[in-house]
Amino acid sequence: MQPDQKTSVTGSLAFEETGMVFPDGTEALQNISFTVDKGEFVTVVGPSGCGKSTLLKIASGLLEPSSGSVRADRDQLGYVFQDATLLDWRTVQDNVELLAELHGVGAQERKQIAAEAIDLVGLSGFESHYPKALSGGMKMRASLARSLTLKPPVFLFDEPFSAVDEITREHLNDETQRLFQTEEFAGLFITHSISEAVFLSTRVLVMSARPGRIVAEFDISFDYPRLPELRFDPSFAELCGQVSLKLRGSHS
Amino acid sequence: MSSRSATKGPGTVRSLSERVLPPIFLGSGFIGIWYLISYGILEPRRRFLLRPPHEVLQVGFLDWDNFSPILRALWSSTKVAMIGLGIAICIGFVLATLMSQAKIVERAIFPFAVTLQAIPILAIVPLISFWFGTGQTSRVVVCVIISLFPIIMNTLFGLQSADRGLHDLFTLHHAGRMTRMRKLMFPSALPAVFAGLRISAGLSVIGAIVGDFFFGKGDAGIGQLLRKHASQLAGEELLAAVLMSSALGVTVFLFFGWIQERAIGRWYETTTGVD
Repeated sequence: MQPDQKTSVTGSLAFEETGMVFPDGTEALQNISFTVDKGEFVTVVGPSGCGKSTLLKIASGLLEPSSGSVRADRDQLGYVFQDATLLDWRTVQDNVELLAELHGVGAQERKQIAAEAIDLVGLSGFESHYPKALSGGMKMRASLARSLTLKPPVFLFDEPFSAVDEITREHLNDETQRLFQTEEFAGLFITHSISEAVFLSTRVLVMSARPGRIVAEFDISFDYPRLPELRFDPSFAELCGQVSLKLRGSHS
Repeated sequence: MSSRSATKGPGTVRSLSERVLPPIFLGSGFIGIWYLISYGILEPRRRFLLRPPHEVLQVGFLDWDNFSPILRALWSSTKVAMIGLGIAICIGFVLATLMSQAKIVERAIFPFAVTLQAIPILAIVPLISFWFGTGQTSRVVVCVIISLFPIIMNTLFGLQSADRGLHDLFTLHHAGRMTRMRKLMFPSALPAVFAGLRISAGLSVIGAIVGDFFFGKGDAGIGQLLRKHASQLAGEELLAAVLMSSALGVTVFLFFGWIQERAIGRWYETTTGVD
């Protein structure tokens, strides 16, 4: 729970004094430094509009930071967006195959990779469904499966479950956590749900309102696999409370 | 959507009758008013202005000598409309695709597209006949001019409607311009493209008939026939020809709706507002 003084620049993803000022003068991020290693799941919580999404855009290379630098293993980047961003005209199977397709993987192999990923997120049986026939949660699963096909060493999540209901969100959290166990990626997760952050992560970073700065850092030491019941554990609630306090402090 | 699933099972008969009966009632009422005007309001010597329905049916439709020229003219107009529409589709797609690729191209073309749309067709009739004569070519040109704008605008709108996140996804995975076009922008555009097609298809029929009025040389279409019947005060044939031209418009509209359903119905939620 002490701020991590690590200055190492190893890791799959490293922000080094990254700052972002948009052309219109809005300062979105200020002096962000942290690393995410393989086997780490780091979640950034912060008030809305604090630049959390900008952080991911910079991590992925979609945006260039205006100061400082970012290093990331971007070759096979996993990126889950706020919306499922599926191609409406493709079935679940074809949607999940998309990234492998863009990377030039042959049809035969693609099919197999996609089948595995679909199985992993529990969408077996829905391969030939079009997105319009899926619920919000299932669309998100398909989106997860799509990213998994590349076996990403770095996995970015941009508030992926904010649009689904509470129960579905908890299910998806359980599964994300399970995927983190089996796939061993370096995860960077953005959310404004504190319990989601604490439940999933090895580390939680609290971000201030704009300009976004990291104002607190919590190591979450619960063992994996974390069971759904963990959410009712007093120590879990206490941690959530501490994160919440820091978040409130950052708001004013 | 919910009512669509409700039409399965025992509700089918009810919803079918709900769908079919209202237009039948309205149509019957319409024919009733037609009779009322023909027999009740018009004096016998002025009855040629609106012949009663059964006479229109007998003279205009059931008399083959009268009906076959209508069909021939209709076919000729259909050809003009479809050729015109085909050309408009090709030009419209190419222009919209170019416009979608660079803002500067869009800015360059846009004012001309709007101007083209705003030109009253009557104003350029002399120019068209001057350049293309008074035959079929000119009729096709009118069709193209009339039906081009909705195709350009809808296709462009469709191409630009692809989801921002999906564009990011394609960027993240290093998709080239062509791949992005083929796998993201074109498919995203399809619903809007079809919306444009249905509008333009209807317009192309109107264009063919309007073109006919001005350019009557050669294998004349239904517009020339309408004109002829009107000048001869042949009320039955005139009404039959009018009804058949609207039937052509409706057919074309339904045909493109059918194509749309076949092409994208599996994945696209069509909101017709009807069910």
